[in-house]
Amino acid sequence: MAQAQQTAVKHDAIYSVNQFNLWYGQDHALKDVTFDIPQNQVTAIIGPSGCGKSTFIKSLNRMVEMVPVVKMAGSINYKNKNIFDPKYQVEELRTNVGMVFQKPNPFPKSIYENVVYGPKIHGIKDKQTLDSIVEKSLKSAALWDEVKDRLHENAFGLSGGQQQRLCIARSLAIEPDVILMDEPTSALDPISTLKIEELVQSLKEEYSIVIVTHNMQQAARISDKTAFFLNGEVIEYDDTNQLFSNPSDQRTEDYITGRFG
Amino acid sequence: MSSIDKQLIQRQMGKRTFQNKLLKALFFMCIVFSILVLGVLIIRVITQGFTHLDWDFLTSFASRFPEEAGFKAAIVGSLWLMVIVAPVSIFLGVGTAIYLEEYAKDNRFTRFIQMNISNLAGVPSVVFGLLGLTFFVRLMEMGRSIMAGGLTLSLLILPIIVVAAQEAIRSVPNDQYEASFAMGASKWQTVRRIVLPSAIPGILTGSILALSRAIGETAPLLMIGALTFIAYLPENVWDGFTVMPIQIFNWTGRPQEEFHLVAASGILVLLFLLIIMNSIAIYIRNKFSKRY
Ligand SMILES: Nc1ncnc2c1ncn2[C@@H]1O[C@H](COP(=O)(O)OP(=O)(O)O)[C@@H](O)[C@H]1O
Ligand SMILES: [Mg+2]
Repeated sequence: MAQAQQTAVKHDAIYSVNQFNLWYGQDHALKDVTFDIPQNQVTAIIGPSGCGKSTFIKSLNRMVEMVPVVKMAGSINYKNKNIFDPKYQVEELRTNVGMVFQKPNPFPKSIYENVVYGPKIHGIKDKQTLDSIVEKSLKSAALWDEVKDRLHENAFGLSGGQQQRLCIARSLAIEPDVILMDEPTSALDPISTLKIEELVQSLKEEYSIVIVTHNMQQAARISDKTAFFLNGEVIEYDDTNQLFSNPSDQRTEDYITGRFG
Repeated sequence: MSSIDKQLIQRQMGKRTFQNKLLKALFFMCIVFSILVLGVLIIRVITQGFTHLDWDFLTSFASRFPEEAGFKAAIVGSLWLMVIVAPVSIFLGVGTAIYLEEYAKDNRFTRFIQMNISNLAGVPSVVFGLLGLTFFVRLMEMGRSIMAGGLTLSLLILPIIVVAAQEAIRSVPNDQYEASFAMGASKWQTVRRIVLPSAIPGILTGSILALSRAIGETAPLLMIGALTFIAYLPENVWDGFTVMPIQIFNWTGRPQEEFHLVAASGILVLLFLLIIMNSIAIYIRNKFSKRY
């Protein structure tokens, strides 16, 4: 108990979600979602398919606004500022919050050009700076050794797992504070999955990570906090150990013991 | 009790395969007919056309005497026209496509424009000629110039380019947009760095095919009063001009049999140019289009 309090003190909230609701047209996809996402921790979002995990994580960087029929209510504060404030620049938010998608989606460009895409977008032109960003990002994504001799080859020549790590490197290149990952390993083989899980563990030193997964073992292995979603509601949010060993809601227990979902 | 009667199926089998064979033969005849007609046409043009086709033909002006008649003014006129048509139609067409695909909201106005672009592609070319005559030649006082002709043809092929560019833009997968926006890229940065590089092969292919249509157009240029006989080369875009199909049209209308052979030579040159343009378009499509 004392230890739990200690971690709560040490890790300030980077996101604070308050009474957040979202509708796709008439479809109420997120209902009164309220919880804090801690800094420099791995927060896992679990729940059965269609419960709103992707919708929630895409709300954190406002990608959900790409869907024209979306309506929202409530607030999501990032570093104490409401990201849905009309004055909040969405480009600035996304510079601080990187995202990795379910299916690896590198650009049809060279490995090098993929990594420098973000920095170039933000106006960095100096060749040496870009070179060092590429090396640093690829090293952080545990991909450098595998690709350092073929940086100028097309990214589509990489394996699926390598492409996903390239996408991670690409999002690291603009030095965000948060990395959002929506089922980043669901399209990958077990060995690539393991590599990405290790990577997530090492990245939390420098970044706050929110990861959606439908794989409960994965959530248990790599996360510090877990939120269980069901039908658009947060049923339970707690320390991962606590949630998996001693869930307080019957529905959480049913889900993690595999009784549905 | 099975709900499928195996014997009934057996009995109908023969009828079904016969029907299939019959239609196959019918479809085959359709293509034989088309190829035959095309073949006769090409053989006729080639056998007639080569009688006059030589260096002199390409470098002489038109003449009253068939043996001296040349294609130079028409070739140069067509090239001049392309100097206007290519940049104007591609710039307007791609700009329109980018706006419609990337920026326009999906409302009634956008759908109205979209529908009209599709309809415009089906409007007969004489109608565009009339538009060019009243608007460019008379109202804007451009006269019967290359500029007026070029702008008219640009409008004529604009819908084709818009539709081709829209399709090329639409073929860029959504996850590419997501990746770019998630990095904090703006709409325009995404269009310029991600969408256009992927769409350019499709846009170029569509544009070249549209331009080759413009090169073969006669009616709208006759409407705006392109000349049928000139013995000088245009010096700038405000000069009068003739183009290859008009010159050919003019020759075929002459009473002397000789001139029909001259016309065939002209057709050969035009066909040759069109084949080259289409080959370039196919090459670009196969070589540069991206697969995801
Ligand atoms: N673009 C969309 N348009 C309309 N409804 C959507 C859209 N995306 C998701 N939904 C709906 O929102 C609900 C939550 O979906 P999603 O967030 O993708 O769930 P998850 O990621 O947990 O599987 C589902 O009922 C889904 O049908
Ligand atoms: Mg999902």
